[in-house]
Amino acid sequence: MQNKAAISAKELTKHFGSRKAVQHVSFDIKQGEIFSLLGTNGAGKTTTIKMLCCLLKPTSGNAQIMGNPINQGTMKIKRIIGVSPQETAIAGHLNTRENLILMGGVHGLSQKESKKKAHQLMDLMELEDRRDQARKLSGGLQRRLSIAMALMSDPQILFLDEPTLGLDPHARKSVWNYIEKLKGEKTILLTTHYLEEADSLADRIAIMNKSKIIEMGTSSELKKKYNTRQTLNIKTNNITTKEIEMLQQKGMDVLQTPSGIEITGNNPDFYTLVDILRSGNVKIEAIHMPEPTLDDVFIQLTGKEAQP
Amino acid sequence: MKTLSLSSRNFKEIYRDPLTISLGLALPVLLMILFSSIFKRAQVEIFSPTLLTPGVLIFSFSFIIMFSSVLISKDKENSFLTRLFTTPLKPSHFILAYMLPYIPFALTQTLICILTGVFLGADFQNILPVLGIFFLISFTCICMGVTLGALLSVNQVSAVGSLLITVISLFSGAWMDLHMVGGLFETIGYALPFAHAIDAAKILLRGGETTGIMKNLFPVIAYTVVFFFTAILSFRKTIKRG
Ligand SMILES: Nc1ncnc2c1ncn2[C@@H]1O[C@H](COP(=O)(O)OP(=O)(O)OP(=O)(O)O)[C@@H](O)[C@H]1O
Ligand SMILES: [Mg+2]
Repeated sequence: MQNKAAISAKELTKHFGSRKAVQHVSFDIKQGEIFSLLGTNGAGKTTTIKMLCCLLKPTSGNAQIMGNPINQGTMKIKRIIGVSPQETAIAGHLNTRENLILMGGVHGLSQKESKKKAHQLMDLMELEDRRDQARKLSGGLQRRLSIAMALMSDPQILFLDEPTLGLDPHARKSVWNYIEKLKGEKTILLTTHYLEEADSLADRIAIMNKSKIIEMGTSSELKKKYNTRQTLNIKTNNITTKEIEMLQQKGMDVLQTPSGIEITGNNPDFYTLVDILRSGNVKIEAIHMPEPTLDDVFIQLTGKEAQP
Repeated sequence: MKTLSLSSRNFKEIYRDPLTISLGLALPVLLMILFSSIFKRAQVEIFSPTLLTPGVLIFSFSFIIMFSSVLISKDKENSFLTRLFTTPLKPSHFILAYMLPYIPFALTQTLICILTGVFLGADFQNILPVLGIFFLISFTCICMGVTLGALLSVNQVSAVGSLLITVISLFSGAWMDLHMVGGLFETIGYALPFAHAIDAAKILLRGGETTGIMKNLFPVIAYTVVFFFTAILSFRKTIKRG
């Protein structure tokens, strides 16, 4: 893996009339890195990708793809990128193989090369060589085809806008496996609403909210930074309001759950907790402290759940 | 090669759509048979096979406007074009790829109508220059389709396309002699290229002189050139908008 930036965005900004879709977005993505853009609906992820793949002209700011500025001579960039748009973009009257060969053709591959590559990709993405026209395939298969189409030209840089949208868990897993295989080999910018996807695939994550990047780092950095509030689940069936009140008096945030209590707080004091529970003869059946997740970070930063 | 890849996709998209085939290729044959049977009974001259053929053919070209504009606007709407805009295709590749496949389609329409005409007893003269006129008008229709498809949404295109088919049907003089109707009808009809093309084709097919069609040829060529440029400009605009 080299350390040179494959994608470098500087103060990218896009306004649609008075609507500010993207504001002052800057980041560097190293070659071979998988970088994930997270954000609520309308945060500006797709618009950012569209500027980077030369579909939209930025209102201000600039970006470079492998050293080529996006606002001059876009042909050089278009030769080295592959894009899987947020919408499933396929030719409905062509079958799977024909769709792939078409993408090879528009990238200047010979018929023979296209056929070979199409064959490989159909194997990898578990796409059957069906004669059916693509419009008759299930949504999930169309989606996989749409991703495979982005890979036909063997691009150095891959933009995947919500690649696993609408896939069943099995298909999602197989797309993840495939992206995993590309790790280190291709530079990938991926947007998703599935945080576990970003968590397991991405080397680094940027969180966008209301057109701006509000946080950026590796998954563990983000979790460390934002998960100071821990949650503790205690399974018990004989706790009374007396103990709960005593815990609350000690400044703990206590919530009664069907199986016992849930305590949230900044480093709750274990000794005090155990003392209080013991004093009331509360029988502790189990204690569980869940690992912090990216969801927690996301909710804290944006005030919203990621999955719509 | 790149143009060929995309145009062969567009070609398949046309020929795999049963509606395109039935409206574009089967309907004109049906109309020819229908009107010539009227001619047999009532001897209305404009429905004689020789004079009927240009009208039916040019009316069937009007469907090309609908087909090509719907194809482009659908490709826009489902992001297929957006995807293609991220590939190294140039504007000229796109424009050619969306126009070329309709040329064999228009030629097939022409061939079918002429053969049906001959079968029904037409006696065609000057067939080569007439083919030239048909080509110009069909190319104008292709360019109109590309223009509309690039500028409008699928819904808008369906509405405008149907309207245009009706306008062409009424004002081209395919089913009636515009001079006989006169008035505003005639004025509008001759402000458009279709009536001119039909008149010119009728003159030539009946064995008239090429010099007799010059006043008709000029508007046909002018419209072809104008719509060729609007097609290029509007498609470029679509590319710019991403
Ligand atoms: N062509 C356009 N014209 C006007 N506004 C637009 C256009 N494209 C996007 N927007 C607006 O820009 C903002 C950002 O949209 P964008 O599609 O980038 O969000 P996103 O983060 O991709 O959202 P989602 O998760 O829903 O896909 C939104 O408010 C959207 O309405
Ligand atoms: Mg989006």
